[in-house]
Amino acid sequence: MEQQFKTVITSKRKVFDLHIRETFRYRDLIFLFVKRDFTAMYKQTILGPAWAIVQPLLTTVVFTIIFGSLAKLTTADVAGNFEIPGFLFYMAGNICWAYFSGTLQATSNTFLANANTMGKVYYPRLVSPVATSISHLISFGIQLVMFFVIWLVYLLIGRTSIQVTPALLLIPLLVLQMIVLSTGFGIIISSITTKYRDLAMLVGFGLQLWHYACPVAYGLQLVPEKYLTLYMLNPVTPIITTFRYAVFGFGYFHLGYYLLSWAMSLVIFFIGLVLFSRIERNFMDTI
Amino acid sequence: MEELMLKIDNVTKQYRLGQIGGTTLKAELQRLSAKLHKREDPYHAIGMPVQEKNEKFLALKGVSIEVKKGERVGIIGHNGAGKSTLLKLISRVTGPTSGTISLNGRVASMLEVGTGFHGELTGRENIYMNGAILGMTKKEIDSKIEQIIDFSEVRQFIDTPVKRYSSGMYVKLAFSVAAHLDSEIMIMDEVLAVGDMAFQKKCLDKMNDVSRQQGRTILYVSHNMNTIRQLCDRVVVLDKGLVIFDGGVEEGIETYLHVHDDSSVSFDFQTPERDKWKFELEMLGIDFIDRATNRIARGEDLDFVLHCKANADVRDLFFRAEVFSASGNIVGAAFSDKSIAAKKGESVDIVMTLPTEHLAPGRFFCAAVLYRGNSYGAQRFSDRVDPAFTFELQNREDDELVWLQQQWGNVRLDDIRIRDIRTMG
Repeated sequence: MEQQFKTVITSKRKVFDLHIRETFRYRDLIFLFVKRDFTAMYKQTILGPAWAIVQPLLTTVVFTIIFGSLAKLTTADVAGNFEIPGFLFYMAGNICWAYFSGTLQATSNTFLANANTMGKVYYPRLVSPVATSISHLISFGIQLVMFFVIWLVYLLIGRTSIQVTPALLLIPLLVLQMIVLSTGFGIIISSITTKYRDLAMLVGFGLQLWHYACPVAYGLQLVPEKYLTLYMLNPVTPIITTFRYAVFGFGYFHLGYYLLSWAMSLVIFFIGLVLFSRIERNFMDTI
Repeated sequence: MEELMLKIDNVTKQYRLGQIGGTTLKAELQRLSAKLHKREDPYHAIGMPVQEKNEKFLALKGVSIEVKKGERVGIIGHNGAGKSTLLKLISRVTGPTSGTISLNGRVASMLEVGTGFHGELTGRENIYMNGAILGMTKKEIDSKIEQIIDFSEVRQFIDTPVKRYSSGMYVKLAFSVAAHLDSEIMIMDEVLAVGDMAFQKKCLDKMNDVSRQQGRTILYVSHNMNTIRQLCDRVVVLDKGLVIFDGGVEEGIETYLHVHDDSSVSFDFQTPERDKWKFELEMLGIDFIDRATNRIARGEDLDFVLHCKANADVRDLFFRAEVFSASGNIVGAAFSDKSIAAKKGESVDIVMTLPTEHLAPGRFFCAAVLYRGNSYGAQRFSDRVDPAFTFELQNREDDELVWLQQQWGNVRLDDIRIRDIRTMG
C-alpha cells in the first residue's frame, strides 16, 4: 500500500509554484518580522517612529529651498493658471519616492540579509520581502497622515487651487501599485544578487539616478514635449503625477500611460515571483 | 503497516567544485571572454592544476532511508560524510539534485540554536519569533509560552533584550522553544554541544519524553556517542555520501568508529600520479620499520624509511614532518637533525626516527616535506606530500589516565614534578 505524504520534496520544479498559499499560512511570521523590523529600527532612539516624519519633512524643506526658491524649477504638471503650494508639491513626490526606493532597496537585499536564518530553517522565502514591504508601508502610512494634515491646513486657509475631487479615491490603487512595483523590482534584484553581487552595488546608485528621472523635484512641464512619451515609460512617473492629481484635484492624468505603468508593474511583479521561486530552492548553494 | 513519517528515496545532492559562477558579473564576463579567445582563465589560481570543466562533487550519492513514527534515529558519520547535507535537504534549506524526500508532518529543525534570534528583541518576543520561524502559529505559542519560559530557566530575564543574555541563557531559551514545538519531526544537529551539563540532561530527558509520549520522530546528528546512546533507538551511519549501516545503536557506533580504521604501515606516494612538475628529490613512499600496525604506544619512537629518487644533484636538503590531529588542526612539526645529499639518478632510502614522547594519545596525520633553507632563512620546498602517513598513539599499559583530546589538546607536556608536600598544623 502506498502511503500518502503531506509534503514531497523532489528535484523537479514547477515554473509557477510560487508558494503563495504557504506564505499566507505563515502570516504570523510576517507580522512578527514587521514588528521586529520596527522594534529594531527605533530601539535606542529618542524620537522613535517620529523619525518616519522627520525625514520626509526635512527633505521637503530642503527641496523647497533648493529646487523651489533657488533653482526655481517649475512645479506645474500641466500648463494653466494653478496656484500650487510648493511645500505640498515636494512632499507628495518625496513620500511616494521614499516608499518606492526604500522598499526596493530593502527587498533587493532579501537573500543576503537573511542568509543566516534561511541557511538553517525553512520558511517560505517570500515571507521576508513581503514583511519588508509591509514595514515600509507603515512608515509610508505615517507620512501619508502627516501629508494630509498639512494638506488640510492648506485647504482650510485657501488661496491655493487645491480641490477635493473623487480622484482622491485613486490613492489606495496607487499605493497598491507602488507595493507591487517596488517589491517586484526588489525580488528580481534579490534573486540575481545571490549569484552576482554587482547588482547590490548598483541598487543604491541606480536609485539615485532614477530619482532624477522621476518628477519629484520638478513638475512635468519641465520635460520637453518631444521626450514626454519616453519619459512616461518610466513606470514610477505616472504613479507620482497621478498621486498629485488625486490629492490636488488638478494636474496630469493620462489614462493610457497610467494603465501602461500598471501593466509594467504587474509584469515585473510576476517575473519577480517566478525568478524568486526558482532561486529560493537552491540559493544557499551559491550565496 | 506502521506509519512512515519520512521517506528518503534515492536522494543525491551535487555541488559544483571550484569556482561557482563568478562572484561578480565582471568576473563572469572576463572568464567568458577568455574562454572564447582560448586564453587562460584570468581567475584561475596560478600553479593550480586546471580543473575539469564542470567538476562535480556528490555530497550524497543515492541515500534511501525510511523512518517510522516515533523512531529516534541517530545519524553519525565522519566529517564530510553528508550528514549535514542530508539534514539540510530534509529541512528544505536546499533542494536535492535527484530523488524524492517525502515527509508526513511538520519538520522543526534545530540546525543551530538561536536561529532567528534578534538581539534587540526581548526573550519573550524572541520566543514568538523563533516559534514562528519554526512554523508555529501565534495561537500555538500563546498556549505554550508559560511552559517554555519555565523550561528555559530564564524567567527572570524574559523581558530583557537577548543581546544582554549570556551564551548559556541564549541556548537554553532557544532549545526550550524547539522542544515545545508541535512538529511531528524534529531535526537536531549537535544542539546539545553547548549549555551546562545539568541542562543537557534535562534536554535529553525532555526529548525522550516527547518522543515516547507523543510519538514524535527525532533525527539527531552528533559526534557525541554518549548522547546518541541515550537518545536514539536506531542509528544510520553515513560515509562519503552513502548509507553504510542502518540498524541497532551499539552496532552502528561500532561501525562508525571503525570506518577509517586504516592500520597500514606502508605509504605509497606514486598512486595516484602526482603533479607533473619534477622535484629535485622526489619522495616515493614511506614504510614503517618492524611494525605490523600503525598503532603504537605513547612515547615510543616511530622508525621509518623514506624512499626517494633524485632528479637532480641535491645537497643540504632537510626533512620535516608536520603533524596534524585527526580533526585537522596542526599540532606541531619535527625537523631532521642532519641534511640530505644525493646525486642525480640515484635512489635513496633515508632511515629516520620520529620520537612521539610529546604527543598525547590519539590519531595523527603527518605531512612530509623536503626543503632547503637559503642564507636568508627562507625555506623552499623540494617536495611536499600531505598527508604522507598516519599513526595512532595509544595508552601505555601502565597509563591510568584516559586522555581527553577535546579538553587537553594533542600535546602532552612533561609531567609536573611535585618536589615537596608540606603538611601544616
